[in-house]
Amino acid sequence: MTEAQASQPPRDMPQTVRALRVNSQAEALPGAPVKVRVENLSAWYGPKLAVSDISMDIRLNSVTALIGPSGCGKSTYIRCINRMHEFLPHARAQGRVLLDGADIYESGVDATRVRQRVGMVFQKPNPFPTMSIAENVAAGLRFMGVRSRTEISDRVESALKLAALWDEVKDNLKRPGLALSGGQQQRLCIARAIAVEPEVILMDEPCSALDPVATLKIEDLMRGLAEKYTIVIVTHNMQQAARVSDYTAFLLMGEDGAGHLIEYRSTAEMFTAPQDQRTEDYITGRFG
Amino acid sequence: MTAIQASPGLQRSAGLYRRRKLVDRLMTGAMVVAVALAVIPLFLILFYLIKEGLPGLHWSLITEEPNSPGRPGGGAHNSIIGSGIMVGLALAIGVPVAVGCGVFLSEYGQNRVGTVVRFLIEVMAGIPSITAGLFIYGLVVARQGHFSALAGSLALAILLIPIVARITEEMLLLVPRSLREASYALGAPRWRTVLRIVLPTALPGIITGIMLGLSRIAGEAAPLLFTALGNQFLTTDITTPMDSIPRRIYIYATGPYDYWHQQAWALSLILVGVILAISLGVRALFGSRVTVRQ
Amino acid sequence: MAVTTPGRPTRVPASLKNRLKPGDWTFGVFTSMTAFVVVAVIAGMFFELTHDSWPAVKANGLSFLWDTNWDPTRQAFGVGSFIVGTLITSVFALVFATLVAVLVALFLVEIAPRFVSRPVSYVVELLAAIPSVVYGLWGIFVMGVFIRDHLGHFIVSYFGWLPFMNGTPLITGLFSACLVLSIMILPTVMAVSRDVIAAVPGSQREGIAALGATRWEMIRIAVLPYARSGIMGAAILGLARAVGETLAVTLVIGNSVNLPSNIFAPAYTMASVIANQFPESAGLHQASLIEVALVLLAITFLINVLARLLVWKVTGGQRVTVQE
Repeated sequence: MTEAQASQPPRDMPQTVRALRVNSQAEALPGAPVKVRVENLSAWYGPKLAVSDISMDIRLNSVTALIGPSGCGKSTYIRCINRMHEFLPHARAQGRVLLDGADIYESGVDATRVRQRVGMVFQKPNPFPTMSIAENVAAGLRFMGVRSRTEISDRVESALKLAALWDEVKDNLKRPGLALSGGQQQRLCIARAIAVEPEVILMDEPCSALDPVATLKIEDLMRGLAEKYTIVIVTHNMQQAARVSDYTAFLLMGEDGAGHLIEYRSTAEMFTAPQDQRTEDYITGRFG
Repeated sequence: MTAIQASPGLQRSAGLYRRRKLVDRLMTGAMVVAVALAVIPLFLILFYLIKEGLPGLHWSLITEEPNSPGRPGGGAHNSIIGSGIMVGLALAIGVPVAVGCGVFLSEYGQNRVGTVVRFLIEVMAGIPSITAGLFIYGLVVARQGHFSALAGSLALAILLIPIVARITEEMLLLVPRSLREASYALGAPRWRTVLRIVLPTALPGIITGIMLGLSRIAGEAAPLLFTALGNQFLTTDITTPMDSIPRRIYIYATGPYDYWHQQAWALSLILVGVILAISLGVRALFGSRVTVRQ
Repeated sequence: MAVTTPGRPTRVPASLKNRLKPGDWTFGVFTSMTAFVVVAVIAGMFFELTHDSWPAVKANGLSFLWDTNWDPTRQAFGVGSFIVGTLITSVFALVFATLVAVLVALFLVEIAPRFVSRPVSYVVELLAAIPSVVYGLWGIFVMGVFIRDHLGHFIVSYFGWLPFMNGTPLITGLFSACLVLSIMILPTVMAVSRDVIAAVPGSQREGIAALGATRWEMIRIAVLPYARSGIMGAAILGLARAVGETLAVTLVIGNSVNLPSNIFAPAYTMASVIANQFPESAGLHQASLIEVALVLLAITFLINVLARLLVWKVTGGQRVTVQE
């Protein structure tokens, strides 16, 4: 009897959750280095507190999932990690986010440099309509100083391969970005994010606008991506979190209307033996 | 340099980064300069209007007729009254047509005919004002053999109609569908629904459009030059030539006498003052911004 | 209610029949008539102008369109130099005003907070409310003097080596008209550009910003290409306004039938020659002026069509006139 079975998961827990990857990195490498350390992060939209005092360590080359009911601040929180939160007017954040030990919120730090190292894929695919597939992927390369055509096309090719899109588009890279299907567009956006060689990739519900087949393709992609990058993914789909992630964080809206971190464990432990009653209630579908 | 900026990453050199930042700052500066360039002329115009126009602002300007050329003094009584009459007449002619058009487009215009009419109204909006004047000259003045204020009003109406028609259609379309449906559900015919329910609801917006149209045609001189011509004397007979404020400004601006220039400034101040008052009033009344695309 | 049996046609009672009530019929006719007035006015205008200018059209022939000779005493008429005058002033205004307008629009949408963008927007739009004749008055006594005394010399000293740029700055002239027109069409181009730029979806901006772009790079790569055709439409709308502008131009352009030899020389535009010469004209001279008006109308019509198509393409057929 494995430890997972001995901890007696509730009988109404979905079947898929039981089929966990045995070699979850959390168990195999308990001491994996910390890529991003979040310390006491809070975020506001104007006067309204959206995220309250979150602290967590995100480990190198892992996939970390953020789950929780809608409106609990998951998207707001993830946007603080690449300083996209402040992109909106009247938005601000407080606390520390250490990327390899250096605080991205320290004064004097330029947000554009942070975003170069921490990339993002959005909920709805947003390729640039005036650009072709190749131009979309290369969009971030030009202002990084990459000028030579051969280097650009090499980087475009390798990014598209990493995003598992190359075979589908290699014959005509000049087609407009919008000519692709939804799932392909999202992989295009992933390729675009990869092309600038980030270290961390944030994904804000990347599959919620896609059909199940496209979703599975992207989920398969993530395992491979995690070997090169550190992935943080927001998802409202618990099964997805269980399928793809090594660590899971559960967020919930508190009485102050802001998101709080309730529990953060390895995925295996989270779904088989959650320690907080609220986590268990959410996972078993009693609310949210 | 903080740790974040010292990290590697794709960027080739610190020099490139500095250059990108510099370009960003330069373009932001360019935008600010552009805003200054866009805003300064208005203040310059208002400043000079007040500086040059205020000294000439006497009661006589409003109460007396112009003196013969060369004799300082006198006023523009005839021009002010004339403008009032012709603008009023243009409104009387143009507003019913324009509102009718607006109603046509909103009620019956969601089809190809509507698209064509809508397009033609845009075309009409783009007609140069002097062409409208020449059209009425040929149609009315030449045939009647004399200039008249009525002809001038017709030319002004041509400029007014597209402005008011566009806004009327927009305002009517803004009336919630539920309101119309409630009326139809009670068995009311279409004409009653529009006249009794939809139009009154859209009325504030339509009045806004009318006022904007008014402020536009009040300042027009080109269409009046060959239709209403001008008149040294006060007249209220619309079958005769009649003077107007913009026309008088035009004559005085190009004239040789200093007192003419001064009166031109004073009249301009009055004209712009009235137009700005209407514009501010519209904004205060209606709240949201309604701008007229010329 | 009529009883129905299978196979037998139903009889609908008269009270439920679809009858066009007289009120609705009158209403429909009345509104259609007003719409017809619009059609009639436009058609009538083309017809009337053609009819009135016909003697000139026959006498001047096709060469009217490019002949630069305009001599009433010798009854020789050509609209060439007026087209040149219109072209120079309008294109100058188009380029200059669009550059400034787009930068202002970008500032208002991308940078300025609400409490700044609304008043600035309003102030620029107020420029559109000022009548043409007041622009002309101000153009002579304020801007023209400034050009003659300061700006003109500045331009000659820095750009005088370029062809066409060397001349004696006066109060009136081509350059004065160029500047006045630029100011006059600025609000139109700015307002439409601002709406078009604001309509660019936020997801586009986010997409490029997340790659590490600076604000200008975001504008250059994600915003402007998306808004491009709308901005072009705005610019052409401005051009249409500039081409038809009469009184302000008449007052400052200097009124000369000759082809301008440099940017400070006096000239005529199509609209201003009509305003200036029509009152004292007769016969072939007058008919030729009406022919000029016809050419002007045709050009304005074409430009407007082009502009509307471009703007409608971007805004999806909606006229953007009401905000908030």
